[in-house]
Amino acid sequence: MTTEVAVLGAGMHPWGKWGRGFVEYGVAAARAALADAGVAWRDVGSIVGADTVRGGYPGYVAGATFARALGWQGARVASVYAACASGAQAIGAARTQILAGMADVVLVVGADAAPKGFFRPAGGDRPDDPDWLRFRVLGATNPAYFGLYARRRMAVHGDTLEDFAQVKVKNAAAGALNANARYRKAVTAEEVAASAVVADPLRLLDICATSDGAAALVLSSMEFARRHGAADPVRIRAVSTVTPTYPTTVLDLPDIATDSAAVVAPADGTFRSSIARAAYEEAGIGPEDISLAEVYDLSTALELQWYEDLGLCGEGEGAKLLRDGVTAPGGRVPVNTSGGLASFGEAVPAQAIAQVCEVTWQLRGTAGARQIEGARVGVTANQGLFGHGSSVVAVR
Amino acid sequence: MVANWFAGEGDDFRLLGTRCTACACVFFPREDGFCRNPGCAGGELAEVPLSRRGRVWSYTDGRYRPPAPYVSDPELPWEPYTLIAVELEAERMVVLGQSVPGVSVADLEVGMEVEVVPGVLDEDSGTTWTTWHWRPVEVGA
Repeated sequence: MTTEVAVLGAGMHPWGKWGRGFVEYGVAAARAALADAGVAWRDVGSIVGADTVRGGYPGYVAGATFARALGWQGARVASVYAACASGAQAIGAARTQILAGMADVVLVVGADAAPKGFFRPAGGDRPDDPDWLRFRVLGATNPAYFGLYARRRMAVHGDTLEDFAQVKVKNAAAGALNANARYRKAVTAEEVAASAVVADPLRLLDICATSDGAAALVLSSMEFARRHGAADPVRIRAVSTVTPTYPTTVLDLPDIATDSAAVVAPADGTFRSSIARAAYEEAGIGPEDISLAEVYDLSTALELQWYEDLGLCGEGEGAKLLRDGVTAPGGRVPVNTSGGLASFGEAVPAQAIAQVCEVTWQLRGTAGARQIEGARVGVTANQGLFGHGSSVVAVR
Repeated sequence: MVANWFAGEGDDFRLLGTRCTACACVFFPREDGFCRNPGCAGGELAEVPLSRRGRVWSYTDGRYRPPAPYVSDPELPWEPYTLIAVELEAERMVVLGQSVPGVSVADLEVGMEVEVVPGVLDEDSGTTWTTWHWRPVEVGA
């Protein structure tokens, strides 16, 4: 297919709390991806950086910041910000350049040095900023929204705290096998239940931490890949970066209210489900074709929601899918074989790129102790604050 | 802090949104600059009070002190607050708010009827920041 690009290289800096700057992490991930691809930095025609907003001024110009650190060599450059979807938009920008013939090889980098504690808006009095308002007026942190979704699932679908805990158990077991994960220790349901409540009904071990970390990809045209000796590379077949459709009827970060559906009827399905649908349509596949998925488990309960939004099961059937072992290693569609955000924590500009790194390694069959059998199609799903969709479909 | 999001006293207390005069779509928090309905070329946005009562869509609480710009006294022990997301039937929208003091998650159920009442977000020696609270109708009688 002419709409595909090759994933020649993938690399990460291990995630954790390392106390250094985001540029250092990003350069390490970039060098790992370039080495994996067998491509010299001088031969890269374009670099796209996913922005961090907390690294000060250089964070807003991530592409050029990484290019300078790697050594100016004149490449085309772009920087993108889409909150948690920044990495996917960076991949989308790189893919667009390749498909348009503007670059043969593009380096995509996302890195962050996350602050301690809750994510918070930038300082100052800014009542025109919805993210500032939800903190100022309501004290509504990100986990508060995760708690609302979790409680709603319990009331509507009958999910239990034990279901939520089992997501953590599953992802922690996977993360224990991943050298790039921040947390590399198995967790029991009892440990989840014994951790402190953060936002009822969710506990500390139901909610992902913040981390330092970085991930990078080397993408190229299929023609370059063949010339480069990669006859059968992992290929990216779709990148979904959709916005919601008015009216949005699910209360979402950072909003204080949903849109009113009194006048305009809502579209079929939610914003989250439209993200996956757009990716499937672009890739020409359906959920039945998926071998594995990396989803955005900001909370354990949210992972179950993604099962439904990806079409892996019907609405309200996420917990059953988990209980039946379908999303565990060895199941029909293993989810978060990397360990997910439960094991990595959030490094915002890096995480959507890290998801594609994991899918790449799984599709290549080089995921080591985490490897699942016969993976042919992988999907990632993620959502950025302020209405940024994010999903990538990769195939082998 | 935010102007004209609510008004009135006692039983007349209401959240205030805006309604597009062209397509009748309602917005809260109030949208004064533009109608966000993609099918509307845009009309004037007129202030409109929202329904006083609704039903609990979901709820949670905050067991840890939120960061600024939430205002709280770091010298005092943290008192968890309860957040309720409330579905307004007429507007077909969900509006988030803190509960009245003393209502915990143990007092709530999805589907329960609540009403909007005036409340205090925070106060210091010079200023009282008012807000809206959701109060279970059973408790409020």
